[in-house]
Amino acid sequence: MASGLMDVIANALNLITSAFDAPTGAIIFGVPIDGHLMLEALLVMVIVFQLTKKSHKPPKKPLTEKEIDELCDEWVPEPLTSDSTEETMIKPPTLESAAGPHVIVDGKDVVNFASANYLGLVGNKDVIDSCVGSLEKYGVGSCGPRTFYGTMDVHLDCEARIAKFIGMPDCALYSYGFCTIFSVIPAFSKKGDIIVADEGVHWAVQNGLDLSRSTVFYFKHNDMKSLEAILEKITSRIKEPEKVRRYIVVEAIYQNSGQIAPLNEMVRLKEKHKFRIILDESHSFGVLGNSGRGLAEYCGVPNEKIDIITAGMGNALATDGGLCTGSVGVVNHQRLMSSAYLFTASLPPYLASAAIGALEYLEANPSVLTKLRANIAFLLKELSDVSGLATVGHPLSPIIFLKLKKSTGSNKTDMHLLDSITNQVLKEHSVLIVTTKRSSLDKCPLPLGLRLFVSASHSESDLVKAAASLKKVAAVAFS
Amino acid sequence: MVRLPYTTALTTLFSYGLLFVFGQLRDFFRKLLGWIRKPKDQLKGYAPICLGLEDFYVRRLYLRIQDCFGRPIASAPDSWFDVVERCSNDNNKTLHRTEKTSRCLNLGSYNYLGFAAADEYCTPRVIQSLKEYSASTCSTRVEGGTTKLHVELEELVARFVGKEAAILFGMGYVTNSALIPCIIGKGGLIISDSLNHNSIVNGARGSGATVRVFQHNTPSHLEEVLREQIAEGQPRTYRPWKKIIVIVEGIYSMEGELCKLPEIIAVCKKYKAYTYLDEAHSIGAVGKSGRGVCELLGVDPADVDIMMGTFTKSFGSCGGYIAASKEIIQYLKFSCPAHLYATSMSPPAVQQVISAIKVILGEDGSSRGAQKLARIRENSNFFRSELQKMGFEVLGDNDSPVMPIMLYNPAKIPAFSRECLQQNVAVVTVAFPATPLLLARARICISASHTREDLIKALEVISKVGDLIGVKYFPAEPPKHLNQGHNKLE
Repeated sequence: MASGLMDVIANALNLITSAFDAPTGAIIFGVPIDGHLMLEALLVMVIVFQLTKKSHKPPKKPLTEKEIDELCDEWVPEPLTSDSTEETMIKPPTLESAAGPHVIVDGKDVVNFASANYLGLVGNKDVIDSCVGSLEKYGVGSCGPRTFYGTMDVHLDCEARIAKFIGMPDCALYSYGFCTIFSVIPAFSKKGDIIVADEGVHWAVQNGLDLSRSTVFYFKHNDMKSLEAILEKITSRIKEPEKVRRYIVVEAIYQNSGQIAPLNEMVRLKEKHKFRIILDESHSFGVLGNSGRGLAEYCGVPNEKIDIITAGMGNALATDGGLCTGSVGVVNHQRLMSSAYLFTASLPPYLASAAIGALEYLEANPSVLTKLRANIAFLLKELSDVSGLATVGHPLSPIIFLKLKKSTGSNKTDMHLLDSITNQVLKEHSVLIVTTKRSSLDKCPLPLGLRLFVSASHSESDLVKAAASLKKVAAVAFS
Repeated sequence: MVRLPYTTALTTLFSYGLLFVFGQLRDFFRKLLGWIRKPKDQLKGYAPICLGLEDFYVRRLYLRIQDCFGRPIASAPDSWFDVVERCSNDNNKTLHRTEKTSRCLNLGSYNYLGFAAADEYCTPRVIQSLKEYSASTCSTRVEGGTTKLHVELEELVARFVGKEAAILFGMGYVTNSALIPCIIGKGGLIISDSLNHNSIVNGARGSGATVRVFQHNTPSHLEEVLREQIAEGQPRTYRPWKKIIVIVEGIYSMEGELCKLPEIIAVCKKYKAYTYLDEAHSIGAVGKSGRGVCELLGVDPADVDIMMGTFTKSFGSCGGYIAASKEIIQYLKFSCPAHLYATSMSPPAVQQVISAIKVILGEDGSSRGAQKLARIRENSNFFRSELQKMGFEVLGDNDSPVMPIMLYNPAKIPAFSRECLQQNVAVVTVAFPATPLLLARARICISASHTREDLIKALEVISKVGDLIGVKYFPAEPPKHLNQGHNKLE
């Protein structure tokens, strides 16, 4: 019995060992191939098959015409503009006479502090006579851009006159003051360049910065320390300073606050860090400086240190249009690259005559500047104790800016309060003053306030009346 | 559209290639001399205003023919004017004025209805308003810059164009570039014609909306683009668009073509897109009573959402306007930056437009307006047909007062301009970048103040010059028609 079991086990063992020892494999085409090789070959084939098989992706189906039709039918656009509400119905006063220091509104004589007529040239007889001569000779419009027979000898004379007045080699004349700065900035600064701008610049400058597609950094309003910190940060990060153009964009007198830019300090910083300055002198041209040449004369900085000066002529010069001066290279570059110079009709010739007339008046009567400064000082003194409002702004700025001592909470309610004050002042006391307006596209963070534009042709009684009426109304509004 | 023959294309490309090679050679020598001479110390460390090839075109190509552009004049831009002669000592790099002027026929100014010079009805009134309101109000419209004249003109423009209300701006360029950001922003889509004016392009860029372009004046491609864009939605997020605005022009100033307005309006209505029509060149110049392309092509002004135009061309003044429904205009008066921040339009210029519109409508008590409109239509059609008969390649549609004559070759541009000036005809030649590189042209603007004799003289001169420089690309018809036309006038 045991031997039988032993035999079975021995037979089984023999079978297993012979199975292990048995030569596996076959002889294929006369070449012996071991069995394990065949197994490995099978495994490799399976792996290759799996790798080459495409993963299951759902097929891309473009939209059918019917589906596109359905989407188009479903789509509902927003209305083009939002509905007008009570506050959007602005009704500005309608003037019935020239915008001088006194103007007629609704049949009543009103003292006018809403026109930036700093030198009192509105209504000046000599300027009007030269305009009449121009109108009779050239008509009203110039009917063409500068490159296509829109350049008249009046334009060339005006450019030469302005250049001589400022002391720069050449000047380019634009047909509208508003678009000068937002066409000059993109002409000089493109994508990849760096601009450092004051946060309180007005909308036209902001638009120019957007259109230029450059990298923009803002520094705190009129704060030189903030500017220096940003300049240091930029200069330390630039790799190839000779290939990247860098600009500082500021206004001489800020429309939104009445402050004056400290040019001396800025020139020092600019030379240290190799930036160029673009200066917008819309409200300081013809106002600052002993002969009205602007901020550079006032600060004692030679003109060559400022690279690009732009100005709108709709303020002190009492005409329309804009100008941009700089070195010869700067002006020539603009004549071919600045969109508002090339693609639009040139300035009407009678406005160019008015500009020449204004400059001649200013050169012949520099005492008008002393009168303007005296008026500003007088009005500031009178307005120093208005309840609820504080005068901010430089003592030499012809824009007197009054901001709320305590804000009511939001821009909307501030605006409401200020509007009610100006309306009352106009209706009850016949003095026209204005609030700062903010468009919904404006990114300026400065507070709102009231503005008075002082003119050299305002008499002392006008100033006294304005201050007295404002004090009365403010006392009631803030009690 | 322009058909460019192969031989012309090849010769033009060859000419530009040659100019490019010479320009590069001169640049190379300039760099060499720059190394030898020391750089100015003041500019060390500053990046130059123009880097590398940015102003290559200006320095090497444009400056050679600079005397053909920017010619100053010494009188009003009427049908005949005085062109100031300029001279150069350094091969056209700088030009200096001389005292001499030559009286030339004006085929370049935008003076479609002849209001450019002093007019018997308009000028006395303009002088009156100048004495009353002075040259400027020195203030913005919302502060102290709105006068009675501005209010009157806004109502008059709205009535003239056929919309409910209008708003004025002091400059045409600003009207487009400050308005488009107001009505559309991020999340919106602007579809504009491929040949739109620079002001529209700037406005579209400044708005922050996505911009797509459709083939010039092709309503079928516009429909394709609209379908594709509405179906796909905004890029990357695929959300639906907030609104879509399609911007077209009435007359394209470089082509002289009229817009295919009825078809485009039909497409826009079907897909609920808003339409914006820029009538800078067509308002006052086309249409039976001068009301622009809408009148000419039979489109109801209520179908166009926003109509824009300028006063520079047909009314002899300056400034622009937008006419639309009362709600849109009210919204713009509240939020448009050009209305809130820019100096208001000069009062004498406003009076000029008021008087010009009154003349056109016949409200001044005479029929001068109707005469002017008939004359400009006759003049344009006569001139265009004569030029085509002579064998010139003239673009543009009938009734359009703008006619470009194709030149192509860069050498023909100064040749045409200078030869015509020598014979006392002043023309405007346009090259890159206002037109595509190979398609340089001379652009003629006809005015209602041109008489038949003026036009015949112009045709003679242009024909002679055309033969001289070889721009008659098409076969000419025999010239017997010219004498017949002349006899008919007498």
